Amino acid sequence: MRSIALIAVFAAGALALSGCNARQEADGATSQELLNVSYDPTRELWKALNKEFIADYKKQTGVTLDMKQSHAGSSSQARSVIEGLDADVVTLAMPPDTEAIAKAGLIKQGWQERLPNGSLPYSSTIVFVVRKGNPKVVKDWPDLVREDVAVITPSPKTSGNGKLSFLAGWGSIVLRGGSEKDATDYIGKLYQHVPVLDSGARAATTTFAQKKIGDVHLTWENEAFFEVKEAGGELEIVYPQISIRAEPRVAVVDANVDRKKTRAAAEAYLKFLYTPEAQEIIASNYYRPFKPEILHKHSESFQSVELFTIQQIANDWAAAESRFFADGGVFDQIYSAPKQ
Amino acid sequence: MSKTNRHVLPGFSLSLGYTLLYLSLLTMVPLVACFTKAFSLSFDQFWAAVWTPRTIAAYQFSLMVAFVSSIASVVLGFVIAWVLVRYEFPLKRFFDALIDLPFALPTAVAGLVYSGLYVENGWLGQFLVPLGIYGAYSRFAVVLVLTFLGIPFVVRTLEPVLDSLEADKEEAAYLLGANRAQTFWRVIFPTLIPAAITGFALSLARGLGEYGSVVFVSGNMPFRTEIAPVLIVARLEQFAYAEATAIAVVLLIISFAMLVLINLLERWSSRYYG
Repeated sequence: MRSIALIAVFAAGALALSGCNARQEADGATSQELLNVSYDPTRELWKALNKEFIADYKKQTGVTLDMKQSHAGSSSQARSVIEGLDADVVTLAMPPDTEAIAKAGLIKQGWQERLPNGSLPYSSTIVFVVRKGNPKVVKDWPDLVREDVAVITPSPKTSGNGKLSFLAGWGSIVLRGGSEKDATDYIGKLYQHVPVLDSGARAATTTFAQKKIGDVHLTWENEAFFEVKEAGGELEIVYPQISIRAEPRVAVVDANVDRKKTRAAAEAYLKFLYTPEAQEIIASNYYRPFKPEILHKHSESFQSVELFTIQQIANDWAAAESRFFADGGVFDQIYSAPKQ
Repeated sequence: MSKTNRHVLPGFSLSLGYTLLYLSLLTMVPLVACFTKAFSLSFDQFWAAVWTPRTIAAYQFSLMVAFVSSIASVVLGFVIAWVLVRYEFPLKRFFDALIDLPFALPTAVAGLVYSGLYVENGWLGQFLVPLGIYGAYSRFAVVLVLTFLGIPFVVRTLEPVLDSLEADKEEAAYLLGANRAQTFWRVIFPTLIPAAITGFALSLARGLGEYGSVVFVSGNMPFRTEIAPVLIVARLEQFAYAEATAIAVVLLIISFAMLVLINLLERWSSRYYG
């Protein structure tokens, strides 16, 4: 009697679980759904791009697309895709995140070569946001370690923004003639000026803009524009003389598009990013477009700053990741146990 | 089950089946998966992941703040429960409902609000910071927010006990010649101990694992205000799943050991006082 009831309950549970696995085929449909898994601050950018692309694609193929966007921290998005989030394309902040998905076998090796400019339709960089009138006269990287300056930047352990800020600071030393030891010293000093290590980019923005902690906020160029606009005249942007080129590369998730039969639409979507109209949308959302003529057209927004690439300070992004941010890496060495 | 064994309520076997299914699907399976993942590491790798000066500092900090805030929760929670049970006052029902707010509020919101209040230009911070009281981005800040989250556990476990503790017991104690302090320490207090321990345990367990609110108030400075769950997230960001779960397993073992200890303590106290 009892065992029958037990079996019944287990069976019901199993049935309910297997029901979740039923999938719908998208083959030959006149409407399709595409999921773009991206990082945090790109919400507005992709919304604008999707609107344009849906109209374009309908005109060309007659297929109506339902574009879905997902936004969160770049690495946690990569983990979601690895664990089964059905992304058709990934547009993540840091190349190692996309590489991790490739390593899991979901994206074919050599993905960077499949689209123009190393699959990089736009780039960005790290700039400074300061309080109105720049009261602490912060102009460039060396100013950040002056006695009276407090810096807000999220933890490089948990934030792409934090990693880029760290690397930009490091590069500002080694690419201007400093030794690696100078760079380590500088970075060590820099993080002593960071009173709060927020876990993510948005939390750091809140700390700086709303709670008014710190004198300088290191952040993405596109985020800086929004932050300054939001603050209604309380904040302004300062361009350092040198900074890092952030590379939010894009890729089709092969395993998913083949299963969902959405490859054609997904590939068209990413190619669309390189068209003049998409590049124009990208620029007006304050991301640096790949096409030089469109970047030039918007040169009023994008002040010139010497952008260095990751290859100038490390072999590639993966090497930088393991040298600087992995357990026991350069960043961890900054913080040592308090002497007792 | 023999035919003569009748239960008061029907459906025993169905509900047992449901309970087992629930426990296995929602609790045991994830726990086993967690342990399996962590033990995909060799012993040396496991040890290297969970036992570094940085992780030890984080375990200590997590334990310390959870412990201090739970004690604070018990003291403050007792006062609140006492007032709610023993006195009538306007808007009592409203205040009573307010107690449950921390259960419902997303903890990240609590964290953001707390740190916003206590920073130098915040409503409370503008008065407290000049006095040297840092209620945001400090160890004290973490204790504050964990106490906020812990109090409802204590209030809700103490309330029914206080409720059943009728005022005539106090009157009897008084008539038998006990003064107020004696009445409290020898009549009321012993009855409350088992419930207070339960409330303490619940709030301690909550405090050990809390992430959402703490990351917003602690400042996450390594060796100073970094909690262990932050290290788990940091490992995940490196795609080091096994190392992340290894730390989680250590936290689990600590929590479990604490709960067992507290359970023993509770049993002992209910035998002794009850």
